[in-house]
Amino acid sequence: MAKSNKPIVWGLFAAGGTVTAFITPALVLLTLFAAMRFAPTMFTYESIHAFAANWLGKVIIFGVITLSLWHAAHRFRVTLYDFGVRADLVVATILYIIAAIGTISAFFSLLSIH
Amino acid sequence: MSEERQIQLEVLRYNPETDLEPRYQTYTVPCVNEWVVLDALNYVKENLDPTLSFRWSCHMAVCGSCGYMINGEPKLGCKAFIHEYGDHIRVEPLAHFPIERDLVTVVEDFITKFASVKPYLIPKEEKPISAGEYKQTPAQLMKFKQYTLCINCMLCYAACPQYGLVPEFLGPAAISMAHRYNQDSRDGGRDQRQEVIASHEGVWECSFVGACSEVCPKHVDPAGALQQVKVASTIDWYQEHLMPWSKK
Repeated sequence: MAKSNKPIVWGLFAAGGTVTAFITPALVLLTLFAAMRFAPTMFTYESIHAFAANWLGKVIIFGVITLSLWHAAHRFRVTLYDFGVRADLVVATILYIIAAIGTISAFFSLLSIH
Repeated sequence: MSEERQIQLEVLRYNPETDLEPRYQTYTVPCVNEWVVLDALNYVKENLDPTLSFRWSCHMAVCGSCGYMINGEPKLGCKAFIHEYGDHIRVEPLAHFPIERDLVTVVEDFITKFASVKPYLIPKEEKPISAGEYKQTPAQLMKFKQYTLCINCMLCYAACPQYGLVPEFLGPAAISMAHRYNQDSRDGGRDQRQEVIASHEGVWECSFVGACSEVCPKHVDPAGALQQVKVASTIDWYQEHLMPWSKK
């Protein structure tokens, strides 16, 4: 039996799961507050923009976005499999391409913020 | 004091010599509340129908022989108390295994898989008996003690939807037992076991449903073991592919 190459995607999935478990609920709450026009000064457009313009801020935002994407892609792949969609290779390819596109576009969008 | 009540025990019957397919047979059994489902089965065997076949041995959750589906859930017959159920109890053979006869299943698939992970100590270095014991600290023992409690009852295989979907899957008990020896400070066989458990049919078929840990009568937590195996196998993969000089 050959060793599986699944660790590549599982590693991203596990890291993404850890990140999203801690950060996504907070982000959902903050976004809700912002939508209700209740944004503390720390979360105004200007301060978030300044955060994204900073190199460390870029790295953090990039990590949160891409790891969440890879986590979601892998989770969705496994969920589809559990629901009986057995075309695993097709499903995996499509989902991971979406995650890769998201990763690349996050990279360039973050670079464009000054 | 013991309270007697009558239960309807609905048991799946299958005799490969006479039956084309399994059927259900219901027995009326006078029970006391302290009984377990295995007692009710034994009452049937002794008093009502000696042709009923089922495996059991110790009656104390040690041997792992009396696993059945009880009202659709994998349970040990000797740990499922009558007072936890209503007056109608359905007993079927463990799910995901072929039926040999009545409640007796064909377990060769599990035994082959279990043996394939080398579930025994492979010493790092062979010592002559005169050199004494392989010593271990309590902290080293704690790392794997929980996994030694597995009694090979196969409830986790009957509970695992992945094993039901993908019969090639190595399954919870085999992988957590491999993990038990991998975690043992006296053991040096991890590389040999990884060849089997880090394969696609090994730990990577697990999608972390967690049903194995819920049904385990010995609280082994196979799902936790499999997650640890995934983390360790992922670290292995990166070491082998990104730092090929670090191993062997």
